[in-house]
Amino acid sequence: MKSQTNLQTILGRGHFAVTCEVTPPLGANLDSISLIASELLGNVDAVNVNDNPSANVRMSSWAICKILLDSGIEPVMQMTTRDRNRIALQSDLLGASALDIKNVVCMTGDHPVKGDHPQAKKVFDLDSIQWIEAVKRIRDEGRLINGNKVEGIPGFFIGCVANPFVESQELHIIKLKKKVRAGAEFIQTQPVFDTKRFGIWLNMAKDHGITEKCYIIPGIIAIKSIGMAQYMSNNLPGIIIPDFVIDRLNGVPKDKQREEGIKICIDQIKELGDMKEVKGIHIMAPGPKANTAEIIERAGLLPRPQISKQSVE
Amino acid sequence: MIVGELKPIDELLKMIDGYNTILIAGCRGCVTVCNTGGEKEVSILASALRMAGRKEGKPVMIDEITLERQCDHYFVSSLRDLFEKKTYDAVVSLACSIGPQYIAEEFDNIIVLPGLNTVFMGGPVEQGIWAEYCSACGECQIHNFGGMCPVTRCAKGLLNGPCGGSFNGKCEIDNTTDCVWELIYKRLKKLGQLDLLSELVRPKDWSKSLSGGPRKMIREDLML
Repeated sequence: MKSQTNLQTILGRGHFAVTCEVTPPLGANLDSISLIASELLGNVDAVNVNDNPSANVRMSSWAICKILLDSGIEPVMQMTTRDRNRIALQSDLLGASALDIKNVVCMTGDHPVKGDHPQAKKVFDLDSIQWIEAVKRIRDEGRLINGNKVEGIPGFFIGCVANPFVESQELHIIKLKKKVRAGAEFIQTQPVFDTKRFGIWLNMAKDHGITEKCYIIPGIIAIKSIGMAQYMSNNLPGIIIPDFVIDRLNGVPKDKQREEGIKICIDQIKELGDMKEVKGIHIMAPGPKANTAEIIERAGLLPRPQISKQSVE
Repeated sequence: MIVGELKPIDELLKMIDGYNTILIAGCRGCVTVCNTGGEKEVSILASALRMAGRKEGKPVMIDEITLERQCDHYFVSSLRDLFEKKTYDAVVSLACSIGPQYIAEEFDNIIVLPGLNTVFMGGPVEQGIWAEYCSACGECQIHNFGGMCPVTRCAKGLLNGPCGGSFNGKCEIDNTTDCVWELIYKRLKKLGQLDLLSELVRPKDWSKSLSGGPRKMIREDLML
C-alpha cells in the first residue's frame, strides 16, 4: 500500500485537476519562487517544475520541487533525458523520492543547440518512453534498468507530455500509446490554443484506448501581448498559435491585450472542461505576474479539493 | 564514406607558422571522393599556402604527395623513402583523422598536422551537399526503422518515435534537416510494416559504441 500524491488522489476521485508550471530561477535568488509559491498556495493541486527549459541553464528541478514542498505546494518534477544518462537519472529519481517528491513527468527535452549552451554535448542515453518504463520498473518491481534490486521501493505518479498539434497524428498517437504502455498515468499536453483541433486529437486518443488508461490534462497559456504570441510561434518548438487567437488580441487596444489573453484562456478552460475525457487543466505561463491565480479564480476552479495527508490507495 | 572538410586557411597558416619545409599528403580514399583531400585538393592547398607564405614574407617550401590510402600502414610506410631523402618540418595530412594518426604512429620523429576536419560518415545527397547517415554505434538496427538510422539522423537519437518539435516534416534544430521519424513513418507505412513502430524499443547498449571506450575488431581467422 503506497501513499498517493495529492494530484493522483484528486484525479482518482474524479475531480477536475488544476496544475501549473514554474521555471526555476537563473541564479541563487529565490524571491521569484517565494512570490509564485505564495500566489499559488491553495489555488492549485500541484505545480510542475521545469528541467532546464528550452535547454537553458536554471536551478535544478528537484531543488525547487523541495522548496515548493516546504511551502506547502505539491511539486511535479519534470525530468528530461537530454542532460543525464541512465545512471544520473535513476540516482536523481531516488534522491527525489527521499525528499518526498513523488510526481514525475518524463520527457526528452529540447535539443541543446536550441539553448543557452549550444556547444554542450547532448546525452539522450534514454528516450522519454524508456525513461517512463524505467521509473515504473523502479516503482513496481524495485529494480533498476540493469535489473539490480533497490532497497525501499519508492512510490511515484508517472506523467508524460504530448503535442496534439503535430502533422502526422497517427505516428504521434502510436508513440503516445507506447508511453502509456510503458507506464505513463497522466499526460500534460503542449499548450492548446485551438480547442477544436485538440478535440479531434482527443477523440483519436480515445479511439486508441489512451484516455481510459491515462488522465489527459491539456496545457494552456494566457498570452499577454501580440509580441509574446509571435515570440512563442517563432521560438518554441511545436507551438502553433492560430490566426483567430491573434485576431482576438489584435481586436482590442494594446493596453487591453493582457485582459483579452486572460479571457481567451478562461474561454478555453471552459471549452476543454466540457470535454468528457479532459481530467484537468495545466496552466503553463511560468514565472511571476503570470496571472495564474487570477485565471484559476475567474475560471471558477476554486476552491480546490482538500485531500487529507493520510489518504492511501 | 568518411566525409572531411578542409580546415579554414587561417587556421592552417597558424598551424604551419614557423615550419619552412612541409609535405602535404593527400589520400585517394573517401576524401578524394568527397573532393577535400585528393590529389587535386593537395595541389590547390599547396599553391594557396605558398602564395600566402610569399605574401607575408615567410616563403615556405611545400612538396605534394597523395597516398593510395592513409588508413593503411602499408601505404603510409611508403613515405619512409621520401623522409630518408628529405627532411620535412611537418606533414599536413589531408586524409580523415585516421591518416595523420597513422603517419604519427609510423614515424615517431615527424610532426603531423591535420589539414581536414573529419565531419561524419555519410555521403552526397545532391551535388555539393553531403549528409550524415551513420554514427558507428556498433549495433545496427535500421531494419526496425524502415532502413533509416534514428540514432544518427534524429537529432535526439530517439528510438521510440518522434519528439513533438518537428514542423513541416523538418527537425526542431534546423528547418533544412528532415525529421527522420517522418521519413521512417512514411516508409514503414508504404512497406506495410507500421506495426514495427508499436514495438517498445529498450534502452540501447551504448557500451558497443564509443561510450564503451575505443573499440577494436578482432578477426582471428585473419590473424597471423
